[in-house]
Amino acid sequence: MPDPHASTVPLARRAGAWFLVLALPAACALAFAWVGGWLSPQRLTPRRLIDQFQANAGVHPGYRRNHAKGVCVAGHFDSSGEAAAYSVAQVFAPGQRTPVVGRFAIPGGNPYAPDGSVPIRSMALRFALANGQQWRTGMNSMPVFPVATPQAFYAQLQAGQPDPATGKPDPKKLAAFFAAHPETAAFRAWAKTAKPSASFATDGYWSLDAFVFTGPDGQRHAVRWRMVPEAVDATGAAAPAGQPDYLDADLRQRLAQGPLRWKLLVTLANPGDPTNDATKAWPDDRRTITAGTLVVDSEQAQDSGPCRDINYDPTVLPDGIAISDDPLLPARSAAYADSYLRRTSEEAHLPGTARVDTKPQAEAHP
Amino acid sequence: MNNTTGLFALPARILHWLMAAAILAMLFIGVGMVASVSERHAWLLRIHKPLGIAILLLAVLRLAVRLRNPPPPLPADLPAIQKLAAHASHWLLYALMIAMPLVGWAMLSAGGYPVMLGDSLRLPPIFPAGPVAFAVLRHLHTWLAMLLFLTFLAHLGAALYHGLIRRDGVLASMVGGSRKS
Ligand code: HEM
Ligand code: HEM
Ligand code: HEM
Repeated sequence: MPDPHASTVPLARRAGAWFLVLALPAACALAFAWVGGWLSPQRLTPRRLIDQFQANAGVHPGYRRNHAKGVCVAGHFDSSGEAAAYSVAQVFAPGQRTPVVGRFAIPGGNPYAPDGSVPIRSMALRFALANGQQWRTGMNSMPVFPVATPQAFYAQLQAGQPDPATGKPDPKKLAAFFAAHPETAAFRAWAKTAKPSASFATDGYWSLDAFVFTGPDGQRHAVRWRMVPEAVDATGAAAPAGQPDYLDADLRQRLAQGPLRWKLLVTLANPGDPTNDATKAWPDDRRTITAGTLVVDSEQAQDSGPCRDINYDPTVLPDGIAISDDPLLPARSAAYADSYLRRTSEEAHLPGTARVDTKPQAEAHP
Repeated sequence: MNNTTGLFALPARILHWLMAAAILAMLFIGVGMVASVSERHAWLLRIHKPLGIAILLLAVLRLAVRLRNPPPPLPADLPAIQKLAAHASHWLLYALMIAMPLVGWAMLSAGGYPVMLGDSLRLPPIFPAGPVAFAVLRHLHTWLAMLLFLTFLAHLGAALYHGLIRRDGVLASMVGGSRKS
């Protein structure tokens, strides 16, 4: 007999026991589903952010869901030693040379977008420190970010989704977004005068997000950094009109003549400077140090170059650099991971993923 | 039988409950962090990696403890099919508590990430970097986690069934105290 006690236990108690046997696992399953977001379709998740990028620019298998069009570069970083007093990161030790694999790109999810379609360029870098730690950063060529939170970023993406009828974003929705988000004002003021540059080499690139350095004395310092180009625009240099792909050709031509250089400037915050709001620049008079020089000496196509399989997650940081309370940083980490998983799954031809398209389509997405 | 007390050895019981809490926490932390874009994502991930590696070390210790202290036998009157289910699910739980951290570690290695357990503690890579390996291992991490969670649900239901319905001393053998029989 499997259950010798059954006959002696009152029916009500047995029913109660069976209820617990079933209800406890069910409650666990429910809690799991709730934590995993399956019961809250309105929660902003990395998946929904990346789905929105795809809604705006289409699905281009194998490519990044944002900053899809770009080129790999390689070189090294020579530390000046000036930042060593503020951060114990090995990359800042005096005289230290650190190899770098980087990527220049333009924002947007369309890998065939014309270079002149946006005034923004980006630089992503992976510093491979001698101690095995890494520093990854993605920077944009603008002094402020349009929004401060992932929720606002998502709203901006939604407002920019092309209308199926026209193939272009609905100006009314964009206007409504900007009206509801006054924090975009500084970015819009910059964008009014910004022109698409003719070269990746002449742009400066800003971290925008704030980070925290920890020095040898254990002191913490809120910082932002930027890359300032050595190359300057020849007067009147403008992006060639009517050409979709000039940035890559320009980069190749410049590198054929020699390496390109940027100075890495690190700005230290004063107490009270906002670290959680990438829409606000810090005042110009903040202490700024030159941490070293980035030297870029080669480039490779992104389809086969070493940057292809790197996720430039800005929260991958060495000892001595940490994330701040900037809410964009964890959102970037989570979203980049989802984008990275989608594109590597497509490269691996896993079942259920979109197939990798090797040649550009004639009718590029708007 | 080597085990005459009818109880799991004290170290086995301590490890069981400690690891039950840790593994359950890991499952919730895991699904919570990949569904979040807030600060939670960052601090959950900071817990996830070192705790996962701690589970790997504890699992090895636990198997060693098990080799030295055979578990008490299941009740003799338990139907053979239930005995089989009990043994199979226990081995599946052991396999998963070792596989999960190894897959997590291997997938970060394959993705080319430094496997950081803290500000400066870094584990060496255990898998060559490559997008195909990363994608496969990253999906495997999810699917094995779902299998682990389902096995846990069945395990919980079975433990309660023994404790509340059959009242055959199996739950007591892991909780401790005296085994009535
Ligand atoms: C919540 C806000 C943001 C979201 C959701 C987001 C999303 C993304 C995604 C999905 C990618 C592609 C990642 C990949 O597949 O590897 C990407 C790339 C990039 N993002 Fe963001 N981004 C955000 C904010 C920012 C900010 C503030 C900056 C600038 C400082 C930035 C700079 C970059 C750069 C430079 C890349 C290109 C990296 C590369 O070349 O691989 N993003 N972004
Ligand atoms: C008992 C051990 C472990 C359990 C139960 C576990 C469980 C999970 C779960 C449930 C997820 C969410 C999967 C999804 O929904 O897609 C996850 C994600 C993740 N796990 Fe683990 N994990 C374990 C060990 C580890 C270890 C040791 C590491 C690394 C050293 C690791 C690294 C990660 C990472 C990086 C992610 C998130 C990746 C992303 O953001 O896409 N895990 N884990
Ligand atoms: C994720 C969480 C858990 C894991 C991974 C786990 C794992 C295991 C494993 C591997 C065994 C077999 C021990 C051996 O034969 O060496 C076991 C036994 C046991 N577990 Fe768990 N357990 C978990 C949670 C729980 C919970 C929540 C309960 C009770 C409510 C429970 C009750 C028991 C009992 C009663 C046994 C003894 C079974 C027997 O006598 O053969 N476990 N557990």
